[in-house]
Amino acid sequence: MSVSVDASIQSITLSNGLTVLCQPMPWLRTASYTMWLPGGIAAEIPSGGACSAEQYDAEADPLAGLASLTCEMVQRGAGPYSSRDLVAAEDNLGIDASGSAATTQAVFSAAMPAESIADSLRLLAEIVRRPHLPQSQFDDAKMMLHQERMASLDEPTQRLMKQLRMTQYGNPIGRSGLASIASLESLTMDDVRSFYDNQYHAGGSFIAIAGNIDVSVIIEEVDSLFGDWKSGPSMPQQTPMPTDGNHHLTLESSQTHIGFAFDAIPYGHDDYFTMRSGIGILSDGMSSRLFDRVREQRGLCYSVWASTHSLPGFGSVFGYAGTTPPRAQETLDVTLHEIRHLGEGLSTDELDRWKTRIQSSLIMEQESAGSRAGSLASDQFQLGRVMTTDELERVIESITIDQVRDYWQTNAPDQFRIVTLGPEPLSTPPHQAPTHPLTQTP
Amino acid sequence: MIAPTTQSSKHDTDTQFRHVTLPSGLRVVADIDTRGYSAAMGYFVRAGARDETDPESGLSHFLEHMMFKGTERRSAADVNRELDELGGQSNAFTSEEQTVYYASVIPKYQDRLVDLLSDMMSPSLRDEDFETERQVILEEIAKYEDQPPFGAFERSVEVYFGPRGLGRRVLGTVESIEAMTADAMRAYFHRRYRPENIVLAASGNVDFDALVRQVTSATQHWEERPVAAALPPDPSSLPVGISQDVRLSAPDASQAYRVTIQPGLNMNQADRFAMRLLCSVVGDDGGSRLFWDLIDTGRAEVATLWSQEFTDTGGLFTYLVCGPDDLKSNQKLMNDVFRRVVDSGIEEKELEQAINKTVAGCIMQSERPSGRLFAMGSRWLFCNDRLSTDDLLAAYRSVTVDDVQRVARKYLCAEAMEVIASADAN
Repeated sequence: MSVSVDASIQSITLSNGLTVLCQPMPWLRTASYTMWLPGGIAAEIPSGGACSAEQYDAEADPLAGLASLTCEMVQRGAGPYSSRDLVAAEDNLGIDASGSAATTQAVFSAAMPAESIADSLRLLAEIVRRPHLPQSQFDDAKMMLHQERMASLDEPTQRLMKQLRMTQYGNPIGRSGLASIASLESLTMDDVRSFYDNQYHAGGSFIAIAGNIDVSVIIEEVDSLFGDWKSGPSMPQQTPMPTDGNHHLTLESSQTHIGFAFDAIPYGHDDYFTMRSGIGILSDGMSSRLFDRVREQRGLCYSVWASTHSLPGFGSVFGYAGTTPPRAQETLDVTLHEIRHLGEGLSTDELDRWKTRIQSSLIMEQESAGSRAGSLASDQFQLGRVMTTDELERVIESITIDQVRDYWQTNAPDQFRIVTLGPEPLSTPPHQAPTHPLTQTP
Repeated sequence: MIAPTTQSSKHDTDTQFRHVTLPSGLRVVADIDTRGYSAAMGYFVRAGARDETDPESGLSHFLEHMMFKGTERRSAADVNRELDELGGQSNAFTSEEQTVYYASVIPKYQDRLVDLLSDMMSPSLRDEDFETERQVILEEIAKYEDQPPFGAFERSVEVYFGPRGLGRRVLGTVESIEAMTADAMRAYFHRRYRPENIVLAASGNVDFDALVRQVTSATQHWEERPVAAALPPDPSSLPVGISQDVRLSAPDASQAYRVTIQPGLNMNQADRFAMRLLCSVVGDDGGSRLFWDLIDTGRAEVATLWSQEFTDTGGLFTYLVCGPDDLKSNQKLMNDVFRRVVDSGIEEKELEQAINKTVAGCIMQSERPSGRLFAMGSRWLFCNDRLSTDDLLAAYRSVTVDDVQRVARKYLCAEAMEVIASADAN
């Protein structure tokens, strides 16, 4: 067992590979945990099965949804509890729990009044270690996946972003958690059992616990609940397989939904926060460039945004704008113009506003055990260690406007991957100035 | 000034509830906890869709957008910039009965936030901003048109409450927004944004005395707002752009969306806690009877029941989402669930589970100042009273199985109005 103590945050890695992260927040009435296991969506396909969006037929994918299905099945009874017993136990302890499959891990999280934390960890151990995986409920669980797939078809933005992720990352990183027409036919209970056996274990897993907790008691509890769990390999690191160019999905919708993505650097890169501050200037808050220049000054849309996405080894920026078809081309042109020219006209005020925003959010994070637990797990996954709030504040404070300008002038994005959904496709001439020149913000 | 009233919590000297009514009629109310990392504040205005006439349809919400467009002292860009400079989370929303402007900041920015929010409440409402923002509103309407569930909900309240009052669309219609004038907005503003219609609520780490001093001086001139002439009453014919068809065609929809509404309880009826627990046992999105029968089995994507309380009335809503072919069979399953509860009541342990879950939810919700702000501000605006977290927990804990069955018998199987949106609606 190796131990490191950083301020009040404790990080311990058990001999089977499970990392336990704890942060006491004694001023709260609540506590929260999040557990990340290597049972993510990207683990659905065997190594060697990677391909780009062009080579991928989502609806013919026989394994689509396997990670979500497994995550659903483990919650249908475990240890001494039936499915209903589990829900009743959680409700009676005031535990608000959820499980879902993300790209690189299966995530089990819960928030609760602080006195329920030990009991909630015991229930979690039953679920992830001793699930019944009842054959009798397999068809029901598959029907749930069918419902989720149908629902996503009625959500234009979800359809758009699903295609955009595949375009930006290819298979398996860009896979969605949804089932396909083919997989709803082909997936069997054996697939679920084998996925569970291979991907649910302590190796490369994390559990982060924050809130009004007694750290030494909790660490002992976690050790007794998970210390003898089997180990296994972490999720292998994947490489994106992007597809350049534009992709259009035709739908007779009221709005044209525009999604765009471009390559960036990941969390953990030396320049990450410099890059991230630029995206903050672009899109965080009501005085950000996209909100101000696309929505406020031109009234082109209701929603427009860009945000960073990171996995170990690579990162991207994803963005969205939704607007009625006659104004869609102008919206796309103005939005991309703002991104291409992000390194121009930068002011210290813009950077300072973003810094204040981050600092305030770090302070307010002290009011939420769930946010802290999520940050601990995310840091551990992306950086291999936890950044303390103090350290993060120092890094943010040290960023200068010259660094931001240098970064965005050197790395001005020009290769966008664009997906549109609506009645008509749009065009993206490279580096063309927008047809309606920008007015300067007063 | 009337002396502020103070009431300390029974359990804790760090927390205090204080309120005052200023000479202008503006009410200030605060749930103070000096241990907090943040302060949440909001202006709650009694101006919602139900306060509009036909030509004003969508005006409360349009006005909410325009309130960010600058004042005598600030340009639109200044408002947005300063909100960002305060670093917190700020936003606004409009409902059937109120419009709320709020922000959470770290305590050192209290003065600046009060100055900014109070100034925003005297907007310039400039013509050119009005024209630009009209486009944003039309985009917002278009955005929701692409979401079949939204259409189903909008239509259901329109049919149940009628196209005016509580049934009036918060966003308005394309026709009403296109025809709207800035003059009509100014008149509406003067009619509704009067100090006696407004509450400033604050929660968390708040300096109440400083807040009251500052807001008294910043809002003194609100009393001088001109009184707008009353508008002629609406005709009884259907407003332009409104349909009362209970079948909505959504040609591209994969799922069918069914909403029903039947009579419910308003926000002052004592039985509302029993009603909420009934809804939890029967129709929560996890662990309820509807969940086990329809969701856990994969028969439907959504099958829920909830109670919506307004100031003077209420509705009991059900929502079902599933494949169009399964709609009939799932409706029957839902009705069977309701019938069994009405006939046989619920079990003691079901109620206990619902109470435990609800109480824990209240505790978690109340932990952050922003989580306490909305219930407190709205309640003070409409009822001029307050339910502390402890009051709320006690109210839930006192509900009995008999209470739940009584409420179920009275409300659960009442005749319901039904709206369905699907590809083959007709």
